[in-house]
Amino acid sequence: MSGDGVVRVGSGQGFWGDWQEAPKLQVRQGPIDYLMLDYLAEITMSIMQKQRVKDPSAGYARDFVPLILDLASDLVDGGVRVITNAGGVNPRACRDALVSGLADVETSRPLRIAIVTGDDLMGRLDDLLASGHELRNMETGAPLSDIQDRVYSANAYIGMSPILEALARDADIVVTGRSTDTALTYGPLVHEFGWGLDDWDRIAAGVVAGHINECGAQAAGGNTLFDWEGVDLETPGYPIIEAQADGSFVVTKHPDLGGRVTWATVTEQLVYEMGDPEDYITPDCVADFGSATVTDLGADRVRISGVRGGPRTDLLKVSIAYHAGYKATGGLTYAGPDALAKARRADEVLRARLEQADLEFDEVRTEFVGAGACLGLEPGPSAADLPEVGLRIGVRAAERAPVERFTREIAPLILAGPPTVTGFAGGRPRVQEVMAYWPALIDRTAVEHELVVEVTDA
Amino acid sequence: MRVPLGRLAFARSGDKGDTANIGVIALAPAAYEHLVRELTADRVRDHFAGVCRGQVERFELPNLFALNFLLHESLGGGGTVSLMLDAQGKTFGAGILGLELEVPDEVVEICDRVLAGEIPGRPPSEE
Repeated sequence: MSGDGVVRVGSGQGFWGDWQEAPKLQVRQGPIDYLMLDYLAEITMSIMQKQRVKDPSAGYARDFVPLILDLASDLVDGGVRVITNAGGVNPRACRDALVSGLADVETSRPLRIAIVTGDDLMGRLDDLLASGHELRNMETGAPLSDIQDRVYSANAYIGMSPILEALARDADIVVTGRSTDTALTYGPLVHEFGWGLDDWDRIAAGVVAGHINECGAQAAGGNTLFDWEGVDLETPGYPIIEAQADGSFVVTKHPDLGGRVTWATVTEQLVYEMGDPEDYITPDCVADFGSATVTDLGADRVRISGVRGGPRTDLLKVSIAYHAGYKATGGLTYAGPDALAKARRADEVLRARLEQADLEFDEVRTEFVGAGACLGLEPGPSAADLPEVGLRIGVRAAERAPVERFTREIAPLILAGPPTVTGFAGGRPRVQEVMAYWPALIDRTAVEHELVVEVTDA
Repeated sequence: MRVPLGRLAFARSGDKGDTANIGVIALAPAAYEHLVRELTADRVRDHFAGVCRGQVERFELPNLFALNFLLHESLGGGGTVSLMLDAQGKTFGAGILGLELEVPDEVVEICDRVLAGEIPGRPPSEE
């Protein structure tokens, strides 16, 4: 906390693959107390799990390690602590890579690294099911036993308690697995201000702050529809939360960077991936986004106050990924005149050939890119004049073989199909394994006693 | 007058499984009550008939002068199962702005002035 009683939590990554310069600028362009880095989306854990199966030292966000090696001196000198879920399904391997890399980096004192384990339920699934945890799909109600032999990864969304423990043990860098995204922001706030674990309103305010931080530049001018042409996006400043002990906070960014923070950019992020706004469930409280007051203070500063929350529930969400067959998507481009008609004819021909080959698919989907594909619109009369149309066909099947065969049926259309076709330079489409998502709930008591914080100085 | 929603609001969309959400934000507080009255779940469902196979739920956020829509069964199965080009509903936010609404002329004028940068979209703070 600075002398002004404000705690600054800067956002540095909104997903695995986000802009690598952002966290460096966040640390080097001005004072922040915490840097939060969110790497995990719904499907990321299963990708990491597949990597770990092939290589026991993989399964985490690998680009996190060189980033920290680059920033190590700045973190120590600036007193900036890092909170991240970069550990994915293998926080220990992430820690080991950090420790080994930091051995070659000169810093004025060692960095203390904490890792959090215990959110990974993969090794415990049989026991959990046997002891009556059904892990039913939240959307369909089906029990997990239906697909148990196809599960790739299963992780509980955990809350702030291990982050609080790590910070109390003076960790400079806290690496978790499937921490809930917002906890990477509200964990530090609860630690700094000493809020009670049942101070639902203030924790809910921290959740709202976390929701703003967790998507990186999206709260600070990235992706904004309001005056999008006027935003300087070449070197965007990512959002910074300046929090007060009463739970109110200001969203801002470093003044010398681009991007923009206004009532519009912040409100857009508040409604992003929103369900019932009054019932935003996290492991540590239920936040009411309908209670937040947004005030634009000008000069890239937006104040949020008045947030209310309610007690946490007895359940944690579990993110499960399972094998659900194979898919491939391919395409060709048809040019005018009559581009759309040619693409439609090509679709008919391709579907007829798939039928002749007697292949079984769960789904075959055709889209005409340029003619309303994104919103599934019926093309109007003006579509006849389109200079070109992308034919995009995807298939999905339980078995690999029919999908493989489909990938060989696109190229023949170049010579044995309608005219004016191009755009096959990329070659045959790739067969992808389908990882389906299975959201479930579990009693928090079945998870929380397994959570462990390990601390290492490097 | 009858105008596209983009004259009155802006939006952002995202996904949760096979459900898309669209947050629609009034350009000015004066437009909000008209959005509440005109921009019903049924109208949104009709607008997205090409992709939406399920129900549409609507939530009001008067504190943000915003509406949140959940379009169930709209992402071709969602996640990596989906074969859709826009499997995460990222474009639905801009897509909803083409929906036409009947609103008083003076409300459109206020929103036009916000879009032109002549007046702020929210009352300036007193701090």
